[in-house]
Amino acid sequence: MNTWPRIRLEKRSDTPHWLSRVTPGLSVLAALLVIAVIFGLLGVNPWIAYARILTGAFGSLYGLSETVTKAIPLMLAGTGLAVAFRARVYNIGAEGQLLIGAICATGVALFIPGIPDELRLPAMFLAGALGGAVWALVPAVLKARLRIDEVLTSLMTVYIASELVNYLVYGPWKGPSEWGFPYTDKFPLAAQIPRIGMTRIHYPTLILALLAAVLAYILVQRTRWGFEIRVTGENPEAARYAGMNYLRTAILVMALSGALAGIAGVGEVAGIHYRLRYPQGISPGYGFTAIIVAWLARLNPLGVILTSLLIGGLLVGGDAIQLAMGLPSATVYLFNGMILLFVLSGDLFTRYRIRIELPERVSVLVRQEREEVR
Amino acid sequence: MSVSPSTWERIAARGGISPRKARTHGLIFIGAGLLIYLLFARAAAIGETSTFVLNFGGAAETAPVPDLVLPTAPTLYALALVCAFLGGWQLARGFRRPNLALGVITGLFIWAFLTWASRGQSFNLTGMLNSALLRAVPIALAALSGVICERCAVINIGIEGMMLTGAFTATLTASLALNLWGWPSWASMPFGLICALVAGAWMGLLLAILAVRFKVNQIIAGTAINILSVGITSFLSARILAHFQQLNNTGTLQPVPIPLLYRIPVIGPVIFEQNLLVYLLYILLVVTHIVLFHTRWGLRTRAVGEHPRAADTLGINVFRVRYVNVTIGGMVAALGGAFLILGSVGRFDELMTAGKGFIGLAAMIFGKWMPFGAFGAALIFGFADALQTKLAILEVPIPSQFLLMAPYLMTIIILAGVVGEAVPPAADGQPYEKQ
Repeated sequence: MNTWPRIRLEKRSDTPHWLSRVTPGLSVLAALLVIAVIFGLLGVNPWIAYARILTGAFGSLYGLSETVTKAIPLMLAGTGLAVAFRARVYNIGAEGQLLIGAICATGVALFIPGIPDELRLPAMFLAGALGGAVWALVPAVLKARLRIDEVLTSLMTVYIASELVNYLVYGPWKGPSEWGFPYTDKFPLAAQIPRIGMTRIHYPTLILALLAAVLAYILVQRTRWGFEIRVTGENPEAARYAGMNYLRTAILVMALSGALAGIAGVGEVAGIHYRLRYPQGISPGYGFTAIIVAWLARLNPLGVILTSLLIGGLLVGGDAIQLAMGLPSATVYLFNGMILLFVLSGDLFTRYRIRIELPERVSVLVRQEREEVR
Repeated sequence: MSVSPSTWERIAARGGISPRKARTHGLIFIGAGLLIYLLFARAAAIGETSTFVLNFGGAAETAPVPDLVLPTAPTLYALALVCAFLGGWQLARGFRRPNLALGVITGLFIWAFLTWASRGQSFNLTGMLNSALLRAVPIALAALSGVICERCAVINIGIEGMMLTGAFTATLTASLALNLWGWPSWASMPFGLICALVAGAWMGLLLAILAVRFKVNQIIAGTAINILSVGITSFLSARILAHFQQLNNTGTLQPVPIPLLYRIPVIGPVIFEQNLLVYLLYILLVVTHIVLFHTRWGLRTRAVGEHPRAADTLGINVFRVRYVNVTIGGMVAALGGAFLILGSVGRFDELMTAGKGFIGLAAMIFGKWMPFGAFGAALIFGFADALQTKLAILEVPIPSQFLLMAPYLMTIIILAGVVGEAVPPAADGQPYEKQ
């Protein structure tokens, strides 16, 4: 006997197409509403803040160009993570792989003489991708050989990579011409990625990012190996019965996501800063934010293009309100965390139907009424 | 060496590890001896001594222990020989408990390293053990939180965030009570602690709802909690604590020596002259162990962790067990955060947990999901961390960044090398779907 309406979850047998398209958007809106409440409680007018974010990120050509600039590393790292997460390989260390990519690119840019100018940038991209992949292979091999949880080891490699960057910029690679700042010397012209006009959009990296997303989509959806990735992720047991090599898949997706994160690192040092700097100066957590980008895109590489632009816009807008309203830089993490949380919970509605059970008496009345109508 | 395969198998069977691993262990032991000889012993001048101070000004000072003065070079040669001998023994006969042997070798190696680093100087060993324990406490609490959650098969990657939330809440509430409401510190600190526990319970409940009810991917859910915690605590700390300094000053708990026990030489003051939160950790360890392995609730928890369907068939409410455990896990993690404030520094800094929650998870794995195992592992991490700061003082010529890397590097090495086959609860990380 229930006397109150009860909410019950019922598993859906299939999800309507429109619903799975709509829920991420609605989830983001819900997250923004909750943050508005937090802002309101702290005496910040949320609507002004949101207006500033929107106009800051998308309201001007400058804002748009910055949004695209910040979307580049997110797109690259997010694409890699989307593929890895598809196979249920949890690479949480994209941030570290990005930093290693930056280190490798800097090494090629400044310390390897004798590379022809036109090959300098390709060599840097290659070195960055290789470095990122190798860095990601540490947790991958440990997982494959010793069954050690890749979440922890990949996280630990982030801290190590970060200290490695610190060591280099404070120690042996510290630039004599940098007035004692923890920077390397400026890259020579041949090692700088060209930009579009006055913007900071380093377009070769952008092209690489778009290409990576499209190719990753084709890889996952249309190739045999992509099929193995999907089966491994959705049903590891079935994958094993079908004779698929889980370890090979795990190592390959880790290397792929590490390589893409590494390329993102190359883009940051060679396209934005033209030098290696202290870790937070290179990446304000792009590698972690890419997790949100990938998840928001429902692990679809093509979706990553869209979500990276969205989150990139949020980063730019976050900078804008920091300056205009005196909000701390961590505000962006608040947005990121809340959005991820709501997107995760939003998935509930695509998998379950929510039934409201009326109290016994009411439902009896309703039934009677129906019968009378009949 | 012509040892037949059957001999290798016998040696390995003694220690219960694979033959290849048994051989690797032996080689590692000999390698450690060789390293001690090459790196340390040859660098020591004849007649130099290393002094280890075994007191640190506490209540036990009434009966000081004399300093331990070792001749540097002979000690190092002896240590190198012992390591090589143990390695030979492992290769020829095999140890029954290979992980323990590996631990002993690690201990000898660290001893050698310290002897070398403190040659011609004096080094406060007791002081370092003390700082190792203090650094181990938050890691141990994080690990304990991990044990409580994963024993019922919920992976809690969000411990780091829960610690951060606990630390922030403790700071804000304890300082509020102390500095604005004028409470005495014996009241403000428990108040801050309780508020931190409540915040931790909410975070745990949030993870439980996501993981148990919504059946969300637990690793991503934990990551969301981490990012959100970083966001909320940094945002509020920049918005509130930065403007009102008196809200970021809780004071710290004073050590309370336990009568008689703290007079045990060397380790007495380290273990039994600490603040109350450290004793709370000891109690929690014992309680968790007893609850997990000697009560009905513990049996249910482990059943849910190993085979939820069977547990459900027997009438155990799988969801309830997970809800309760994960909520408690959140509280224990928050306690670790509160310790960082009330038991250690007394003020909040952005991102102050610095990966301790994750290292705690590594300690949990290394400790094979057992409360005391996790504590032992946490002690090793605490020791590495304390060593790192002492080395800077001893002016060992290693760049500080590499010393800062040490805990994270150690985590990977320990997970990779020593763990052996660490087997998590069978259903770990899988949401349960009632049929």
